[in-house]
Amino acid sequence: MNDHERAPLVSLTDAARYFGPVRALDGVTLSVAQGDCVGLVGHNGAGKSTLVNLVNGGLAPSSGTVGFATGGSALEAGVRSVFQELSLCPNLTVAENLRISHSALKGPNWRRPARAEIGQSLDTIFPGHGIDPNAEVDTLSIAERQMVEIAIGFAPRGSETRLVILDEPTSSLDAGIANQLLAHVSRFCASGGAVIFISHMLGEVFQVATRIVVLKDGKVVAERPVEDFTRQGLVDAMGHVTADTADATGTGRDFGTEVVRTDQGLTARKGEIVGLSGLAGHGQAAALARLYLSRSSAWRAGKAPEVVFVAGDRQRDGVLPLWSILRNISVSILPQGSRRGLVDREGEARVAQDWKTRIGIRTDDVANPILSLSGGNQQKVLFARALASSAPVVIMDDPMRGVDVGTKQDVYAMIRAEAARGRTFLWYSTETEEVCQCDRVFVFRNHEISAELTGSAITEEKILEASFEMQEAS
Amino acid sequence: MTFLARHRIILPVVSLAVLLAATFYMQPRAMSYFGLNLLFNLAVPIALATIAQMMIIMVNDIDLSLGAFVSLAACVTATFLNDAPMLGLLILLALILSYALLGAVIHALELPAIVVTLGMSFVWGGIALFILPSPGGAAPGWLRTLMTVKPPFAPMAVVAAVIIAAVTHLLIMRSGIGTVLRGVGGNARSVARAGWSVIRLKALAYGLAGLFGVLAGMALVGLATSADANIALRYTLLSIAGVILGGGEFTGGKVSPTGAVIGAFTLTLAASFLSFMRLSPDWQIGAQGAILILVLTARLIFRQKGSEA
Repeated sequence: MNDHERAPLVSLTDAARYFGPVRALDGVTLSVAQGDCVGLVGHNGAGKSTLVNLVNGGLAPSSGTVGFATGGSALEAGVRSVFQELSLCPNLTVAENLRISHSALKGPNWRRPARAEIGQSLDTIFPGHGIDPNAEVDTLSIAERQMVEIAIGFAPRGSETRLVILDEPTSSLDAGIANQLLAHVSRFCASGGAVIFISHMLGEVFQVATRIVVLKDGKVVAERPVEDFTRQGLVDAMGHVTADTADATGTGRDFGTEVVRTDQGLTARKGEIVGLSGLAGHGQAAALARLYLSRSSAWRAGKAPEVVFVAGDRQRDGVLPLWSILRNISVSILPQGSRRGLVDREGEARVAQDWKTRIGIRTDDVANPILSLSGGNQQKVLFARALASSAPVVIMDDPMRGVDVGTKQDVYAMIRAEAARGRTFLWYSTETEEVCQCDRVFVFRNHEISAELTGSAITEEKILEASFEMQEAS
Repeated sequence: MTFLARHRIILPVVSLAVLLAATFYMQPRAMSYFGLNLLFNLAVPIALATIAQMMIIMVNDIDLSLGAFVSLAACVTATFLNDAPMLGLLILLALILSYALLGAVIHALELPAIVVTLGMSFVWGGIALFILPSPGGAAPGWLRTLMTVKPPFAPMAVVAAVIIAAVTHLLIMRSGIGTVLRGVGGNARSVARAGWSVIRLKALAYGLAGLFGVLAGMALVGLATSADANIALRYTLLSIAGVILGGGEFTGGKVSPTGAVIGAFTLTLAASFLSFMRLSPDWQIGAQGAILILVLTARLIFRQKGSEA
């Protein structure tokens, strides 16, 4: 440890930030020096995003100080952030998005250097990415957009990139791409840069971080070099005790009749949790969307829907951003709860209150706007919306993106309980840990089912094998 | 991908070409220097107004006061600019600045632009009536000369359209600041995070809209030689239709200046085309709407095909 020899790029001294009565960050002291890769972990609402916003200059601290080594502002100090929710302009091209955060690109022919810079950054981080700098961002997949955002974060942009903050950068990336990123982070730190790495995937944090900072309720509860942490110790420090996942649960159960069968060969029986796995973008989401659309009418919402959908892309097809938490939950059950076409206000409030406690949405009042919640809690609201309806089949399109470990355990338990009561779940996930919760797993490759695994055969190795078979054959 | 990116402009071009071909078929005499100018000269102020509307739509707002504003600019042009050029110029400049201010206020107070501009349309209309209670005034001589100039090869309307399209394309699509302005429509938060002042950008977008609105009023007076407080009221809806017809979207900062100019020309041509068909004027507005729906349907089908591929 030669921390003392290196000047910190950014140092926070007893920094705090309040939002009204809420102490989002309650006195944090932290410094990041060249060569550091700080892993920042904590459950949802622990203050990670607030800390990030203090470091990148998006927010001013309510008390305490945030100081940068060079220059006064975060921008001048070379601090760059890649945010959890995608923050590109979808109507612009990849190169034009670089221009937004790169004011040094001037002159009549700024496009050529912009294309070159973003292209080079992408090539360095994600060799073989296949992204055209002239492509408009809304023609790219969600993983490609995340790659572009990361590449913009690391691009020099006219000055030197010194500290890059990555907030859940791998949540929409598949394992191969995520590894390219982790390798780049290590290279970047070795060459004198610094990274603050936020992830719910603890494996990644262990792989890449030199130091881990654990946040809990706005305070730093542990800060140690990575060698001094064990996986279990880290989870304990975060305040959630993960029960070692009992993979065998449910495998011995009897399932009812088959309720889902598609042309592709995707089947599901009553009370079963069926997983869809494979590399991201190999047709899992499309298969689920097709299934959902074939089972629901575009013209009328019946009193008893056959299927409900839990969206993974919150911003695009999940949250109703202008509505309250209550309305966001109850929208799926309005036809059932209404009398003579009028909404049953009391029933609506009862259901919302019930699900708030059952699924643990962190808010004092369900009448608050949905955007007042953190990302993970917004996702809980979407779960509540789906589970509150009476539909026997629940389709989930990678719903755990950006959800913390503790919440995940809560949701797993709830899904298992609901399945035991006879509901069928179809669950696409990019995380193997989640897929292992399922009774049966279909692995997708190139828009086709390449393997069907059941019970104890559901292991990471088997899934990877089925996902990658093509590459071995060729 | 390249085709996808390009076909947003293909459809407006095809619509205009088809309509133009149909017009020429019905009225071959229109196929001349003089005929084209007659067909299109009134499209020039509409094209400028459409560009103004596009600036507002680009930042996810909509302007319902544009028609009244263009009328006001026309009234100022026909009176003050003619009688006391310096004072007239100052008033027009003040109008542009007030538009920029409006944009800043709308952003700072998070007001819905549709409500604010609807209210402002009565303000603009009131001032216009105050300046010119009855139709009248006169176009400044130089403006009259400019709008009736006869360039070689192509009539004034066509040359003007090319110039407007080229200038605004450079400004909005090619320049750095134009890119950032479109970024405001796409994702204002990410633009703010990159260190831009969104309120200034919005003021800039509204200011540009004001500028093109004033230019539209001036062009209109140059053609009509006099003004009236209600001279351009229908420009509000024409300009919105023109932006959409030209491949723009109401939200998301997806606009095309070239498309907007073409859209304005298509709408103007549609009116003439219907007159050539000897359609009763009672039906013309409905028929114009039908043409609009037709084009938008074609666009939807194009896009669905595009996303399937």
